[in-house]
Amino acid sequence: MTVGHVVTLAGVLFTIGMVGVLSRRNLLIVLLSVELMLNAAALAFVAFAVHHGNLDGQVMVFFAITVAAAEVAVGLAMVIALFRLRLTVDTDKVSLLRR
Amino acid sequence: MTTAFFWIFAATITGGGLLSITRRNGVSAVLWAAVAFVGIAGLFVLMQAYFLAVVEVLVYAGAIMVLFLFVIMLLNLRKSDLAVMRGARLHAGGAVLGAAFLGGLVWTCRRAGLFDVPLEVGVSGETANLAGPLFKDYLLPFEIASFLLLAAMVGAVLITKRRLR
Repeated sequence: MTVGHVVTLAGVLFTIGMVGVLSRRNLLIVLLSVELMLNAAALAFVAFAVHHGNLDGQVMVFFAITVAAAEVAVGLAMVIALFRLRLTVDTDKVSLLRR
Repeated sequence: MTTAFFWIFAATITGGGLLSITRRNGVSAVLWAAVAFVGIAGLFVLMQAYFLAVVEVLVYAGAIMVLFLFVIMLLNLRKSDLAVMRGARLHAGGAVLGAAFLGGLVWTCRRAGLFDVPLEVGVSGETANLAGPLFKDYLLPFEIASFLLLAAMVGAVLITKRRLR
């Protein structure tokens, strides 16, 4: 196990999340894919923190997880508000600002 | 030993991630994502980031996934709503973009020699070691994070309220 292995794995997970964001229309699954991408970044942070023998990267991941928790709470609240308003969580049907 | 565990966790993470974005059922997608998060926690343990491993399981696999499950069950979506996927063009585009990104990443890692030296843990990320920088160098961000959580909590309650008075 080298840094390269872990970073490559983080890249694979990030790609999976990116494909999920691009190809899914369910807003909940899109949010879930964003979480996968955030975790991929966390994985890379920890790998490089260990590689450099420095704990700053791990502290950064701690903060990233805090922000992610806040983001999910607000994001899901907005999904619920949207569902109340339009009775859908399909991202293609929420295009009022595009017109 | 470490290498074997690395591949086990890598398979868990990749499999869980892939299954979570391909499942049509929202509940099973969230549960597969939880599997991926547990795999990431295992990898954190392998890199001796013990505190983050515990936080990962508690916050991600625990709290955030439960929040997702609650919302999916609360919305009670129709089957047709959950099943919608984009066309094959966007799938192919995402795959090409992802392959290009991955290729560039591996090439850069190889150029930087990151595949040559095995990962050796200098300072383990246990709670006592992590608390030092967290409460000395990063005290201000820590306090800001607590304020951010409070703001998010109030905001989430306010957004979901039916009618504001």
